[in-house]
Amino acid sequence: MASPDKVDPIHQFIINDLVNFGNFGGYKIAFQNSSLFMLVAVVLIVGFLSLAISGRAMIPGRMQSAAEALYEYIEGLIDQVLGHEGRAYLPFVFSIFTFVLTLNFLGLIPYFYTVTSQIIVTAALAVMVILTVIIVGFAKNGIGFLGLFVPHGVPIAILPLISLIEIISFFARPISLSLRLFGNMLAGHIVLKVFAGFIISLSAFGAVGIVGAIAPFGMVVAITALEILVAGLQALVFSLLTCIYLKDALHPHH
Amino acid sequence: MEMNLLGAGLAAVGMGLAAIGVGNIFGNFISGALRNPSAAKEQFTNALIGAALAEGLGIFAFVVAILLYTK
Repeated sequence: MASPDKVDPIHQFIINDLVNFGNFGGYKIAFQNSSLFMLVAVVLIVGFLSLAISGRAMIPGRMQSAAEALYEYIEGLIDQVLGHEGRAYLPFVFSIFTFVLTLNFLGLIPYFYTVTSQIIVTAALAVMVILTVIIVGFAKNGIGFLGLFVPHGVPIAILPLISLIEIISFFARPISLSLRLFGNMLAGHIVLKVFAGFIISLSAFGAVGIVGAIAPFGMVVAITALEILVAGLQALVFSLLTCIYLKDALHPHH
Repeated sequence: MEMNLLGAGLAAVGMGLAAIGVGNIFGNFISGALRNPSAAKEQFTNALIGAALAEGLGIFAFVVAILLYTK
């Protein structure tokens, strides 16, 4: 850990207890800042969507257009990847997309907490996705879902090796899915705070330092713009990969 | 001297290598899109998948670097 006299870029990820409910069976139960921002995200999503579609106008207003655009975007994504039968998974993918997107964007606001930079949150989301894939796969195909691990047209001699690789790659999916979102958000926010720390360090050198601090400040603005792109892109990538994994559950014989 | 910080710096090199991969994918996507703009829209999803998979490996390097840094 960095020494306390330096600007610590990791400090922003510390979880604080807002309300502590005490210990239950050796586990601390507390309402924390990460819980607060997850709650804020859910309230924002539900509030926005229900407010936007409450009018149900034939000619949509601004808010309804925005909500419809969001919905149609995910709908198009599912149609493209899963085809028509993927409609059943639209609520699932749409919820994941809006939740991750809102959390990512909330984290960009200064002093706000980035929930998706906690690996436990992204891991929980990824495990939920992969359990859905496994359950849907066995429910739709029965034992035929295991055909996912037995590719067609592979010589019988190397089939055990290929199957082993397929099984490993299947169970690596939740790891890579969670680490991708977590790593992107963590890295982006650390870079942001490192450059912000340069401003503080430079301005300690008096007037010359303050003029020199314009350069890192411009960098912070530019990185914030990049992070807005990354926040949207990672939410999209997360839901896109969810669709692709669901496709394996629906059609295990590739 | 703290060797784990040295290791963290070395692990971070992997992120730069992942950047080559991501740059390759988007560069080729754009060059393909300029040749055939009408087909570009359907292939953007594939470009994103490729970039996400390439980036994921860089993120592994980043996680190793962070683990070494905060050790």
